[in-house]
Amino acid sequence: MMDALIRSLIDGLLLGFVYGIAAMGLTLIWGVMNVINLSHGSLIALGMFSVYYLFVGLGIHPYIALVLTAVLGLIFGVIIYFIAVHRVINAPELSTLLATYSVNMMILGIGTAIFTTTPRNIPLDLGSIQFGETVVTMTRLIAAVISVGVAVGLFLFLKYTRPGRYIRAVTDNRDAAEIVGVPSAQVLALTFGLGTLLAAVSGGLIATFFPFTILSGETYELKSFVIGVLGGLGNPVGSLFGGLILGLIEGLVPMAMPTTWTPVLEFVLFVLILLVAPNGLFGGEE
Amino acid sequence: MRRKLYILIGILLVAGMVLAACGKATPTSAPAPKASESSQNNAPAKTSAPSAKEITVTIGFTQSKTGKYNEESTRQSDGLDLWIKQINDQGGIKLSDGTVVKFKAVSYDDESSGDKVQQLYTRLITKDKADFLISPYSSGLTSSAAIISEQYGKIMLATGAASDSIFKKGYERVYQLYTPASHYLTGAVDLLQSLDPNVKKVAFIYENSKFSTAVVKAAKEYAEKKGYDVVMFEGYDKGTTDFGSFINKIQDSGAEAVMGGGHFQDGSTLARQIYEKKLPIKYLALLVAPPDPSFADLGDAALGVVGPSQWEASANYSPESAKAAGLTWFGPTSADFVKAYKAAYNEDPDYHSAGGYVAGLVLQKAIMDAGSVDPAKVKAALDKMDILTFFGHIKFNTTDAHGLQIGHEMIYIQWQKKDGKLVKEVVWPKEGATAAPLYPLKH
Amino acid sequence: MSKKFFQHASLWLSLGTVLVIGLWPIVTHNALNRETAFTVLSAVALASSLNILLGYTGYVSFGHVVFFGFGGYVGFYTINVLGWNIWMAMLAGGLAAALLAYLLGVAILRLRGAYFALATIGINEAVRAFINNFAPFGGPTGMTLNFKIYKAYGGAMHALQLVFYIMVGLTIIVTILSYWVRTSKFGLGLLAIREDEDAAEVMGVITPSAKNWAFVLSAIIPGMVGAIYFFKNGTIEPGLAFPLRTSIEMIVMIMLGGQGTVLGPILGAAGYETMRDYLLVSPLFKNLQLAISGVLLLLIVLFIPRGLVGWLRQRYPKVRRWLI
Repeated sequence: MMDALIRSLIDGLLLGFVYGIAAMGLTLIWGVMNVINLSHGSLIALGMFSVYYLFVGLGIHPYIALVLTAVLGLIFGVIIYFIAVHRVINAPELSTLLATYSVNMMILGIGTAIFTTTPRNIPLDLGSIQFGETVVTMTRLIAAVISVGVAVGLFLFLKYTRPGRYIRAVTDNRDAAEIVGVPSAQVLALTFGLGTLLAAVSGGLIATFFPFTILSGETYELKSFVIGVLGGLGNPVGSLFGGLILGLIEGLVPMAMPTTWTPVLEFVLFVLILLVAPNGLFGGEE
Repeated sequence: MRRKLYILIGILLVAGMVLAACGKATPTSAPAPKASESSQNNAPAKTSAPSAKEITVTIGFTQSKTGKYNEESTRQSDGLDLWIKQINDQGGIKLSDGTVVKFKAVSYDDESSGDKVQQLYTRLITKDKADFLISPYSSGLTSSAAIISEQYGKIMLATGAASDSIFKKGYERVYQLYTPASHYLTGAVDLLQSLDPNVKKVAFIYENSKFSTAVVKAAKEYAEKKGYDVVMFEGYDKGTTDFGSFINKIQDSGAEAVMGGGHFQDGSTLARQIYEKKLPIKYLALLVAPPDPSFADLGDAALGVVGPSQWEASANYSPESAKAAGLTWFGPTSADFVKAYKAAYNEDPDYHSAGGYVAGLVLQKAIMDAGSVDPAKVKAALDKMDILTFFGHIKFNTTDAHGLQIGHEMIYIQWQKKDGKLVKEVVWPKEGATAAPLYPLKH
Repeated sequence: MSKKFFQHASLWLSLGTVLVIGLWPIVTHNALNRETAFTVLSAVALASSLNILLGYTGYVSFGHVVFFGFGGYVGFYTINVLGWNIWMAMLAGGLAAALLAYLLGVAILRLRGAYFALATIGINEAVRAFINNFAPFGGPTGMTLNFKIYKAYGGAMHALQLVFYIMVGLTIIVTILSYWVRTSKFGLGLLAIREDEDAAEVMGVITPSAKNWAFVLSAIIPGMVGAIYFFKNGTIEPGLAFPLRTSIEMIVMIMLGGQGTVLGPILGAAGYETMRDYLLVSPLFKNLQLAISGVLLLLIVLFIPRGLVGWLRQRYPKVRRWLI
């Protein structure tokens, strides 16, 4: 029993890190500009395909392809911001929700036409490591490490670089920031781009150990919502912890009841937290 | 100014679509639905002698050109297309009154999705005026399609659909070609018992689909009757990609043998993850995935995995065995089928391909027996059918579970290494085996 | 006299549109048309119902399909397991959905804006995941109708026709309901909530109960539509009953036609569903259907957020009297 518990814990934690940076992409945008990016899921899926084609088509090693994917994600995000979001950034919330959802529909529609919905796999076998009774695949371990690295990178970026400080300024009070000369439109675009970058990177990581289709992103988007509420908006560290909590839930709950009950728990928890503590268990950046 | 431009573009887009939608009312201008065909497989409509009456029967079906059933469904429709091509090339079926019957296929992509299947079959029936229907691939989709077929009183040949429950719903015109789900894993239990009578603990993990649920329910009963201790019996939702927690649970339960799975996608992922996590089990039997040649892509993860199959190329059904069993033989031999399939598609057929082909074959026999394409007469012919084909024995239940397949049986394959390459061998039943089973599973 | 006449004119216009869609397959005696009309009418009914919550009250629900699915399951269960007839099943479905709406409303209607939207998504997924595990409703493999049940309606063909007429009836009912809410004092209160909830409260609108009523009213018809929809299809499964995409398509239809109007959701649903039906089988557009819908939606959100009817009302003030 103890062995099983440890095994589940480790599995859950490793996966939780990846969930964490997936969620970070969503919560960063949400926290900074109060926009819920409903295309988050499809961007994760695009990240998956990006790494897949770079590896299978061009022979670039997945972890290097990840860097390229990150750059592509950033650029794509900035484009999406200026096309779909900028005009409605100050409009009622329904507008931004629908605007980002329309981008989602476009990505899914074109993606299905190009990639079809046949599942893909990245044939990456790096072997596994044994920790006592637990066998851990290297791909998952590396993914977790990279996730932590990205989270730390984001945290440092926000805290110590100039663009990072601009982002925090705009989050606090957009008008005041504009008055002191912060180019808010560009800052918002950068933030959106960072959010999509995170989504794409998390997708690329997930693709190294799970099969996927263009529709796979939806599950991770829903998880990102849950994590966002758990961890607090605009708070990258909170998202990471939220991701770990979710990963733990997914790893441990099945030990006590049929695995198919896990989503019920996740979503009930989600609604409860929304009702009780919408700013998350760790508090958001206000 | 730019705003007006965007609005204009939007209106033009919408107007264009409305006009196109109006165009849909006249059948000629609507884009032709993609008739099933592969690149090497154009069914040429041979113009027969003007004196004989020629009718064209429309066969309607959906295939999963995209989505998770893509692998199996493509093989199934390739098999069916091969039959259509062959029958048309032969000049069609000649009925006793001189009428020549040719076939035309109309199909759509169901995207492996349940909500499209019903709309598409309704369309096949009401718009494309299909005379006979073939099911989609998978019990789940077939279950939805069968309702529509039965509502409109059409005959449907269900291939790629094993679930018994479809045939307990009171349908009268749906006919099953596969061995029912309840027989899928019973042989796997027998095989395990013959290999190692000391194994007592088995785990069943299965996809929450109509098909696999039916399989494991029957298998669990059977295993318990044979004295096994079912230490784990749990389902996973369709589309699951992460089996980590399941594998942990299996390890925790102490199971020595694992059976179950679902379809190709989840089955192969499960096999791979079991291998990656080095789960210490001795026997692994999965549904649908192992008999598919693409299962070999898993490499060493595929070694030793057992799978039930509806048909293998080495199956020894022949006119002689038919005579010995007192049955009528119909259709080509396995060897002929494999040769024709390889020539058309440049790859080996698996049991899904054979299932698709035999659907057409059975329809052909029924029309020939009925001497007409009248649905009532064809139904009567199907009810009476009792034949042996390259696929096996075909006979339908006509009483409490109308349409259920009661003649056909499963065989079991296992992946083994021959000269360093992965090959599929038939390991059970002993009479049809091509190699001795590999046991236990190696890691 | 002329003001009342003009007001009612919008009701006749809306009903007229519904009747045209409903009578077209009957007049053309065509089964395929009936199938198409059925899907169009169910889209109209769902969109018009959601409009009561979204358009009038301003609460954006991204999970409204949960009422369709839940009503569908309850209705299906009563027919398949309890042996009730379609009328009772339909009522049961509607009541079940209304009850669910009432209970949920009490909990989540105090959330505002995006949080409410997220909560509705969470509820849809939670209900779906729960029913996925709920054995009496068939669990993951759902339930399939025993075919003999159609015999009680004179065979499957007659059952299909009956179901179609019921759908026409339901759509008419929801149109009248939508019109009544829009032109009543209750509806005025809802519109006030949409514009500024706090101000509305100050002005005397009892917002919690008004919102709750709106929520419940918006759930009844989808519940009934669900019950007959799945009776017609003969099978129900969690994935078929609670598709997230359907909820969002409802919103798109409302936005297309004009949120907060009576005629808007009708036109929006009819237009969107017809286009979708066509694109479904066209091999070229089949997958681009979603992308095209996305482009349409974006254009509307960016440039014509009031939708077709809303834009007409704004551009031509004179029609405001009768184009509600």
